[in-house]
Amino acid sequence: MKKLAYFPGCAMKDQARPDEAGTLHALAALGYEVAEIPRWNCCGTVHSLAKDDLMRHVGPVRNLIRVQGMGEKRVLTLCAMCYGTLKRSAQFVREEERLARINAFLDTEEDFRGGIEVVHLLTLLRDEVGYEKLASRVKRTLNGLKVATYYGCVLLRPREFAVDDPDRPEVMERVVEALGGAPVPFPERMECCGAYLTVGRSDIVTDRVGRILRSARGSGADLVVTTCPLCQFNLAERRPPVAPTLPVLYLGQVLGWAFGADEPANLFPLGGAR
Amino acid sequence: MNEVTVFIMGKGYHVPEGLTIMKAMEYAGYRLGRGCGCRGGYCGACATVYRLRGDYRLYADLACQTPVQDGMYIAQIPFTPAERPPYQLADLQPRGETLLSLFPELARCVACNTCTKACPQKLEVMDAVQAALRGDIPQVAELTFDCVSCGLCTMRCPAEISHHHVWQLARRLNGAYLTPRALHVQKRVQEVAAGVFKADLDALLSLGKDALVAAYKAREIES
Ligand code: SF4
Ligand code: SF4
Ligand code: SF4
Ligand code: SF4
Ligand code: FES
Repeated sequence: MKKLAYFPGCAMKDQARPDEAGTLHALAALGYEVAEIPRWNCCGTVHSLAKDDLMRHVGPVRNLIRVQGMGEKRVLTLCAMCYGTLKRSAQFVREEERLARINAFLDTEEDFRGGIEVVHLLTLLRDEVGYEKLASRVKRTLNGLKVATYYGCVLLRPREFAVDDPDRPEVMERVVEALGGAPVPFPERMECCGAYLTVGRSDIVTDRVGRILRSARGSGADLVVTTCPLCQFNLAERRPPVAPTLPVLYLGQVLGWAFGADEPANLFPLGGAR
Repeated sequence: MNEVTVFIMGKGYHVPEGLTIMKAMEYAGYRLGRGCGCRGGYCGACATVYRLRGDYRLYADLACQTPVQDGMYIAQIPFTPAERPPYQLADLQPRGETLLSLFPELARCVACNTCTKACPQKLEVMDAVQAALRGDIPQVAELTFDCVSCGLCTMRCPAEISHHHVWQLARRLNGAYLTPRALHVQKRVQEVAAGVFKADLDALLSLGKDALVAAYKAREIES
C-alpha cells in the first residue's frame, strides 16, 4: 500500500459523503492507503482576485503545513475548488519573501518549507496509476454506457493550474474509457455551473445547469460525471424543472462502483450497465 | 513585600507581586462595577488584554485568573458587542446550513487562528469555526463546551464572527436534537409527578431538628 495524504474539504464531509465513500473504496482498490490530514481547515473555496491577497493564502498554507507534519510530500484533493486554492497557495509561497511573511504570521505553527505537491483525483489517475492499470482493476464494466464528461471551469482555468489542456482536455474521457464507458465530450463540458452562486443566486445556477444538461442530452449521454462535489450538487439539485432527467454522479463514485464497492442505491443508471 | 509596576489603562501603578490583574486594579483604586463577576474563572466577565514590555504579542486572558507581571500594559474589555439573530430552536434543523444561514459570516473565516491565540480557556477556537463551516454540530459543541463567552476571540477576529453565539446555537442544536434522550430523567420526572416520593418527603418534613440531624448523619453516602 502506498500512503497518500488526503485533504477532504468541507463538501466531502457534508452533503457529498457518498462521493467520498466511493472514491476511497476505489483508491484502496488501487493500492493507496489514504490518510486524512489532521485538523485541516477549509481551503477558502475561491481564491481572491485582489492583488494583495496574502491573507487568503494563510488557510491553504496551514493545510500544507499539516501535510508537511505528516512527513508527506504531496496531498490529494477530490474537489476542483480545493485543488485550485491549495495549488495556487503552494505556488504562491515559492517566492521566498512571501513564504517568510506567511511563516512570520503563522507563529503558532512550524515553518512551512514549501515543496508540497497538490494532486487532484484526475491527475493521480492519469500520471501515477495509468489508464491501463485502471482498466485492469474493473470488476463491473460500464459496458458502453454513454457518459458525458463535465469538467466545469476551475479544473481547467487559469491555464497555469489546469489539470489538462484547457482547450482540449481528455483525461476524464480516458478514465471513462478505461472503465468500459463511451465518453461523450459534449459542447458545454467546460462551462461554469455557477459554483457558489448556488447560495445567493440559485436562479443563475439553474439557468446554466439547464443549458449544460440539454447539451449533454443532445449529445446522446445517459449519465453525466463530474470531479467536483459542488458541480455535482449544482447539476443534480439545481436543475430547472424542464431539464432532461439525466443522472449526475461524482466520478469517484463511479470508480468505486466499477471496482466493486457495495452498490449504493442512488447509483442508477449503473445498475443497468452490467 | 515585592512590588511590580503595571500600567492600567495607560497609567502606571506599583502593586504587590502575586496579585491577579483584577486585584491589582482594585489595589490601584478601581471599583469594578462591570468587568467583574464570579472572580473564579467561570463567568467570563473579566476579559482583559495586555502586552509585556519587549514582546509584540497582544495577550488576552481573564483578569481574575491571571497574575500581574512587571511591565504589563493592561486594558479591560468588559463587554464585546456581538450580533445574535433571533431564532426559535423548535423551528430549526440540526444541520450545517442552520449555522451558516444564521451566521453567514462564518464563511469569511480565513483560518488565521487569531481567535485560538486569544482564548483564555485554551479552546481550539479556529477548529470549532471550521467544524461549524462543514456542518459538524457535535464537534462544535464538544470543542466549545468550556467557553465562558468572554468575547475575546470575537474581538480579535478579522472575519467579524460572533463566536460564542455560534457555539451556543450549536450546543443547543446538539442537546435538543443530536444527543441521546436522557430517558432515565424523563422516567424520574414522571415518578415525581405521580407522587411516588411524596410519602418519604412528608415524613422528612415532619421530623424535628435533632431527628433530622441524626437522619442526615446516618444517610447513605455514595463512595
Ligand atoms: S472548495 Fe469546497 S469543499 Fe473544497 S474545502 Fe474548500 S470550501 Fe470546503
Ligand atoms: S471561545 Fe471565545 S468567547 Fe469562548 S472562552 Fe474562548 S475566547 Fe472566550
Ligand atoms: S480569528 Fe476569525 S478568521 Fe481567524 S481563524 Fe478565527 S474565526 Fe477564522
Ligand atoms: S495585518 Fe494588521 S496591519 Fe496588516 S492589513 Fe491586517 S490589520 Fe492591517
Ligand atoms: S470574574 Fe468571572 S471569569 Fe473572571
